Amino acid sequence: MENAVHEPQQILVLGGRSDIGVAIARRLMSPNTRYVGLACRRPEDATTAVESLARPDVIVEALEFDATRVDEHRGFLDRVVSEHGDLDLVVLAFGQLGDQERFDEDPRSAATVVDVNYTSAVAVGLEVARRFRVQGHGTLVVLSSVAGERVRASNFVYGSSKAALDAFAQGLGDSLEGTGSRVLVVRPGFVHSSMTAGLKPAPFATTPDVVAEAVVTGLRNGRRIVWAPGILRWIFTVLRHVPHPIWRRLPLG
Amino acid sequence: MNPDYRRQVLTGWGLTSPSAALVGEVVPGELAERLKEPTGRGIVARGLGRSYGDAAQNAGGVVLRIGSSTSEVVIDSDSGTVTVGAGVSLDELMRILVPKGWFVPVTPGTRFVTVGGAIASDIHGKNHHVEGSFGRHVRRMSVVVANGDLVECSPAENPDLFWATIGGMGLTGFVVEATFGLIPIETSRCVVDTVRCRDFDELIGEMSIGDDDVRYSVAWVDLLATGRRFGRGVLWRGDHAKLSDLDAREAGDPLRYEPRRVVTVPPIVPGRGLVGATTSQIFNELWLRKEPIRRSGSVKSIPSYFHPLDSISSWNHLYGRGGFVQYQFVVPFGAEAALRSIVERIVASRLASPLVVLKRFGEANEAPLSFPMPGWTLTVDMPAVADGLAELTRALDDSVLEAGGRHYLAKDALTSAAIVRAGYPRLREWQEIRERWDPERRFCSDLARRLELI
Repeated sequence: MENAVHEPQQILVLGGRSDIGVAIARRLMSPNTRYVGLACRRPEDATTAVESLARPDVIVEALEFDATRVDEHRGFLDRVVSEHGDLDLVVLAFGQLGDQERFDEDPRSAATVVDVNYTSAVAVGLEVARRFRVQGHGTLVVLSSVAGERVRASNFVYGSSKAALDAFAQGLGDSLEGTGSRVLVVRPGFVHSSMTAGLKPAPFATTPDVVAEAVVTGLRNGRRIVWAPGILRWIFTVLRHVPHPIWRRLPLG
Repeated sequence: MNPDYRRQVLTGWGLTSPSAALVGEVVPGELAERLKEPTGRGIVARGLGRSYGDAAQNAGGVVLRIGSSTSEVVIDSDSGTVTVGAGVSLDELMRILVPKGWFVPVTPGTRFVTVGGAIASDIHGKNHHVEGSFGRHVRRMSVVVANGDLVECSPAENPDLFWATIGGMGLTGFVVEATFGLIPIETSRCVVDTVRCRDFDELIGEMSIGDDDVRYSVAWVDLLATGRRFGRGVLWRGDHAKLSDLDAREAGDPLRYEPRRVVTVPPIVPGRGLVGATTSQIFNELWLRKEPIRRSGSVKSIPSYFHPLDSISSWNHLYGRGGFVQYQFVVPFGAEAALRSIVERIVASRLASPLVVLKRFGEANEAPLSFPMPGWTLTVDMPAVADGLAELTRALDDSVLEAGGRHYLAKDALTSAAIVRAGYPRLREWQEIRERWDPERRFCSDLARRLELI
């Protein structure tokens, strides 16, 4: 159970190699926390993250989880619940950025990215919601992106998958009204992380810890959507209305 | 799923940690049947929802309100006891008892608690230092246990169940009826002495002398005052007024009792509420100044002396949607230095609202999970959305344990399982008794899950 300041007992990060997902888990760990599961395709890749979260009296483990194998989602969640208890907080953090130039050459690779970022997220998101309804509580944090707020030519496949995910997550949150559980949509800007290593940072680039802090504040204040950094909310309020000819030419990375 | 249940999101009085459960209203005769239905996530009773945290919530499970009729209240004047259904509230009870010259043995700061809740939380009041908590006055009770049996228990009969149920947070069974002792009263008024204290040392000093000679004693502390005024407060001591204490006009109808609700706070207070450090500071200043430096023998009504906040319906909404946490702990006598440093920390945090209570507890009772122990108990309300709240209470938790104290489960929304285990050395013993009466763990609550009580 979460306590009065939304500190969970059990945390599950889907996409356990996500720097942001791990930062959120770290920020939400408290003496109330008993379990942290980092679910990713190759658990051995999450060893460093597991070690970085280690605390006395807390079980931290990497779990094998392939988001695209939607048939296995239910069994996976059931196993975590039966071994460690309710899913108090789930972070939906998996996703691939991909490379727009490669997508143009090989459209099938674009379909793979959309399959991970959207289709798989929908399947596991609904599965988590199903579990929340049974247990009568739970918080799902969904990592969206400002890239979905208004898509740009330089990464529109990624952006469109996040736009779809964002819309899905908001709808899922509404559908969970009255069930004791909720969804928080997180819209980070450019985040310095292993996913963006080597890329040129966009304006207002931020860090996983800033995103994690925004999540904590959002949960505490009962928000449905948080931006990280917060100023992006206002910037995109303007950018959304910038005329197309100008939008296309803006140096947004 | 039972068709009479409906899914509802519940919180405690602090409005934090919402969770959904199947909620139903039942009469005691139906309980055995309800316990036979598979629930998956257990079942717990809920009275008037006055515990501050998650004690009367059961996420994904069943939450039952047990209806009791006031027509079944039986007063035995010879033994000075009353027998009453567990769903009856102290408010309902007092409306019956007071005009007949009786008063409940213990009342907390609100009369909107049920008898079942009073037992489950083993509530205390302003008279704890001389008369103990509610459990001490319970002569017997009947409890529907996990297998559906109605079990009679008392200090002599099934004493393990009796004491495990007192303070047992509803996790041993459904209390359906109880008999407990009453206080005979001549009038429905109280005679109150007031002392305004300039600082913490003066307050502790005043409270430490003479408490044992008065039935009711409680103090308010200004937890926002700093410097010379650190720990200033007001001490009120009183007892039920005798007929001779009333003037001629009042003496004509000495047992008149008409509690009223004056205003209601609508549930539309903005997100962060109206309780901030500045508003609280102004309130505290006025609150203190309205009290005389020292006054004896002023006559007050029962509601204004015992339940001042009950005149404001839904006062919990003042904190806004984010809700609040009521932090209450006890530290033993001798730990005054620790108490002082805890108070200093709270003052430095500037998170305290005006709702603060300091009280001296008397002897503990035999119940393994009963909260009170001889010592000082401090209660303070703080907005749940405040920055730094968890960091503050965590530091306080450690100081409380170090001083040999513990936290009140009926208020708790923030401590952890480890803190409760350390604060309640008899938890294991209680768990063993509970396990015997409920081996399949039919009874469960959010509190039980969060603090790993069962």
